[in-house]
Amino acid sequence: MESVIERIEQGKFWKFHGGIHPPQQKFLSTDKPIRQLPLPELLRIPVQQHIGEPGDILVTVGDKVLKGQALTVANHPMVVPVHAPTSGTITAIEASVIAHPSGLSELCIFLKPDGEEKWRDREICPDYQQLSKNDLIDKIAQAGISGMGGAGFPSHIKLNTAAQINYLIINAAECEPYITADDLLIREQCAAILDGIKILDNILAPAFILIGIEENKPEAIQALKNATKTIDKIKVCVLPVIYPTGGEKQLIQVLTGKEVPSGTLPSALGIVMHNIGTCFAIADAVINDIPLIKRVVTVTGKSVAKPQNVWALIGTPVEFLLQQCGCQQGNKKHIIMGGPMMGFSLPSFTVPVVKTTNCILAPDEAEIPDNDQEVECIRCGQCADVCPSQLLPQELQWSAKAHDHQALNDLNLFDCIECGACAYVCPSHIPLVHYYRVAKAEIRQQTLLDIKAEKAKQRFEARKIRLEREKLAREEKHRKAAEARKARMNSGTAEANNEKSAVAAALARVKAKKAQEKDTNNDVTASDTSVGSPQEIEKTDKKSQVAAAIARAKAKKLAAQTAPNTESNKSTQSSNVIAEAVNNADNSSKAAEGEITDSTSVINTNVIKDIEKPSELSKKDKIAVAIAKAKAKKRATEAKPLKNEPPEDLLSEKPSNDEPDSQIVTNSTNKTEQQVKEQALSPDDIKKAKIAAAIAKAKAKKRQTTESIINNEIPDDNEQRNESAEKEIQTATQGESLDKNARIAAAVAKAKAKKQQESKN
Amino acid sequence: MAFWIASSPHNHVQNKTSALMRLVIYATIPGILTQWYFFGWGNIIHIIMAIATAFAAEFIVLSLRKKPIPLELFDGSAILTAVLLGVSLPALAPWWITIIGVSFAIVIVKQLYGGLGHNPFNPAMAAYVMLLISFPVQMTSWQPPSSLMSVNLDFINTLSVIFTDFTKEGYSVAQLRMHVDGVTMATPLDTVKTNITLGMTVTESLNNKIFDQGLGIGWLWINIAFLVGGLFLLFKKAIAYPTPLSFLATIFIFSFIAFLISPDTNPSTLFYWFSGATMLGAFFILTDPVTCATSIKGRIIYGCLAGVLVCVIRKFGGYPDGIAFAVLLCNMAAPLIDQYTRPRTYGH
Repeated sequence: MESVIERIEQGKFWKFHGGIHPPQQKFLSTDKPIRQLPLPELLRIPVQQHIGEPGDILVTVGDKVLKGQALTVANHPMVVPVHAPTSGTITAIEASVIAHPSGLSELCIFLKPDGEEKWRDREICPDYQQLSKNDLIDKIAQAGISGMGGAGFPSHIKLNTAAQINYLIINAAECEPYITADDLLIREQCAAILDGIKILDNILAPAFILIGIEENKPEAIQALKNATKTIDKIKVCVLPVIYPTGGEKQLIQVLTGKEVPSGTLPSALGIVMHNIGTCFAIADAVINDIPLIKRVVTVTGKSVAKPQNVWALIGTPVEFLLQQCGCQQGNKKHIIMGGPMMGFSLPSFTVPVVKTTNCILAPDEAEIPDNDQEVECIRCGQCADVCPSQLLPQELQWSAKAHDHQALNDLNLFDCIECGACAYVCPSHIPLVHYYRVAKAEIRQQTLLDIKAEKAKQRFEARKIRLEREKLAREEKHRKAAEARKARMNSGTAEANNEKSAVAAALARVKAKKAQEKDTNNDVTASDTSVGSPQEIEKTDKKSQVAAAIARAKAKKLAAQTAPNTESNKSTQSSNVIAEAVNNADNSSKAAEGEITDSTSVINTNVIKDIEKPSELSKKDKIAVAIAKAKAKKRATEAKPLKNEPPEDLLSEKPSNDEPDSQIVTNSTNKTEQQVKEQALSPDDIKKAKIAAAIAKAKAKKRQTTESIINNEIPDDNEQRNESAEKEIQTATQGESLDKNARIAAAVAKAKAKKQQESKN
Repeated sequence: MAFWIASSPHNHVQNKTSALMRLVIYATIPGILTQWYFFGWGNIIHIIMAIATAFAAEFIVLSLRKKPIPLELFDGSAILTAVLLGVSLPALAPWWITIIGVSFAIVIVKQLYGGLGHNPFNPAMAAYVMLLISFPVQMTSWQPPSSLMSVNLDFINTLSVIFTDFTKEGYSVAQLRMHVDGVTMATPLDTVKTNITLGMTVTESLNNKIFDQGLGIGWLWINIAFLVGGLFLLFKKAIAYPTPLSFLATIFIFSFIAFLISPDTNPSTLFYWFSGATMLGAFFILTDPVTCATSIKGRIIYGCLAGVLVCVIRKFGGYPDGIAFAVLLCNMAAPLIDQYTRPRTYGH
């Protein structure tokens, strides 16, 4: 550290690689003092003017605010509030074009000044040394101070460092051409700046304070030297003029010979850097309790009649500044916010001055011509010679054009500070920096997508594992249940015997099936007896539902047909008609459903009664028998001609018992058939519905047989399934826009669900 | 009211690629004038033909490639290629040598690789090598300096030789190449090389009439003229200094060591520097940014490599001068050199 100070005292500095000497053009605005401007008619104050997050807005439209009153509040460490630059009324809070290269709109608070300049209550702090470090940092944060050099990094974050600070560097280099805002500020406000530096000294307690200033500002250098004569700790370092000395990394290298390692902050080297304008703002904030509501802006360029530095309130439209300074530009407007090297051209005159705006440049056409035509790179290498980051701009350019992100990373694209030196010297006039910006944006975008994809992958894998785990758990549960059942069946109790006989019956059924396959003839009476089987019940049930669905659809159609007949101005009426028709259809379907439930309950009770009579067989056996019968009947009707072989024992056992059932079922079938007829039929629809019903039945049967074989110990699962199926059906039926097919499908699904439930019971 | 939107930086140096090319072309003028003074009109005729051919070839290819013709045709690069090739050709080479050479340089070496900035080889030198290998007789028909010629070649006669192979009086190229004593002439480099293989010492060779105080008549001054043009370019920062510096330094070191070891079989350093196309190569050919290495370190390596190759070819190779071959070999090595001479980025 001592050697660094020795060198500095001898006036020797290090050099950074490259750099350029663009025409400075500072003379345009250095010879006039900073001018006070009248109040503009309207201020547009962007909610976010710094790097980080926007604050929460405290005001609403119509509020009267006082000068210096906070308009937003910090809800996050990376937030700095904005304040009312003058007293007035909030007229709007809406998106407006902001000072950003993209020309995008962001949320701005529109303030109409009342001209009274009425301050809020201020607490003047005569002795800041009484305040603690935290109080000072808090005051700076509350005053909305963010870096005024260009990046707009919240100052209190930089100050709130735990690192041991060796050097506090005050950046007064102002290396960009045209800009003289810092120069003039130093000349006019040197004492206040010194106060600001002392406050920073209080907070950070650095070993040395280095003020870096380029030698093209002799008056400012003299002022600083006079002011700091008595303070040993502060060294005014007069640097040779070369762009970009004012870059943070470059200034650190010039003053200390150290390079900030890529991807770290200067505080890692024990260095903190603040812009000299920020020092002034800090002094104002801490001592006078004036938040950051105005700043010095250089309004310059050869299109400006009176180029000069002005005190501009934050939120002042650029147009107002240019008017005040007498800007005359032709049809082609070229307004640059910032300097010619790193500034950006504005898309509109209404863009407001923000905390980082140090210059408004309105060049004439000869000064900054806009006829640059890009030609091929000839690899002359001048760009690499001037790059302060020692990158290879021409190779970066090729990789950027080829979208080769890997190569760009290998070439350290993200170490580019976008100073523009490469593009400045390029004889082929290639907008190199623009290519890098686009490439950086692409890579950032890609990285975000990669992160998203990685997250999605993790989620998918986790799900897979979870499903696998659940499957294993389920299998384990089934296995245990089966074992328990086996054990119970072998326990020798009466119940166990019953179960055993059920198994025996199932076996017999299988046998019967096999036998039937062999001899195709069957008893007609036996086939008659199987009418009361669950399939049949289900059939009627389904038919009525399908019929209801068809009826609904018809009603709707009818409504739709009637609609065009009505007059166009009676559209509401026609829609009412439709709604009514639909309601009617729904009601009728509900009625049909009610009847079905009635009839099926009757059937169920009858079946149960009948089945309970022969006590030697369990209920299950009976159902099994019934199923077998139904199957037999089906096959019998299919198989012609009939043969006279004796039927199986089980099948011929109780024909008479089932007869009443068949009657009831026939009745109910008649009923539903009637309904179907009543509710307007087209034979095609019925056919379709029947086919759908048959498919559903077949499916249900399949499920039934398999499930009856497995066991009935997983009711939870099935119940859930039924519930969900019902839900689906409900939602399906609720959607009135569903077409006919969907309705039929819904009916089929409902039938399936019901069937399943029955089979469980 | 239109707002002009542009990306930063907004200001810009005013020099352009075409201006750079023009500057390099101007810098060849002293060399061309010296050539004219010592060897007559031949090269100027070739240069004019070459420029015309270059324009035609460039125009055709650019139209085929649907490129902006006014912008790229007049960027100066094609003219520069034509001038450099015209300067390198023997003054009495037939007209079709130029036509073929320039067409090859522009169409194949430059445009087929993607045009300006994309060609891996120096077009002029690639064309020169192609011609040298394909038409060795025409490409080695160097004439003696005008002062030693038995026939006085004026502009009309030179034109006649180039287009018909004979002067108006009916002298053939072979006859023209004989000087007053009836001995066929060669370039100084060729003479020394041939004599060494015949067992003569360098000192004996230098007794030949084409030498004056140990250096080739005319060639010395041509090289000096190109050196002056090159220094002008350096002064104007149109070319980078590392390449010519390291190239000439390497030739100096190698030739000096060889001369110290065996003065009888190795010519002096000055002879190496001021014969053949050494200075043209150092300042006008090797410094072509498109085919050169890009970093300073890379350019130093590139120049050294070229110097070594020139010495090796002149000493051990089959050709008396080796600039063109050395340049092509270095062009091939340039991407590799670039790969291994990347500077350390700030903060890495």
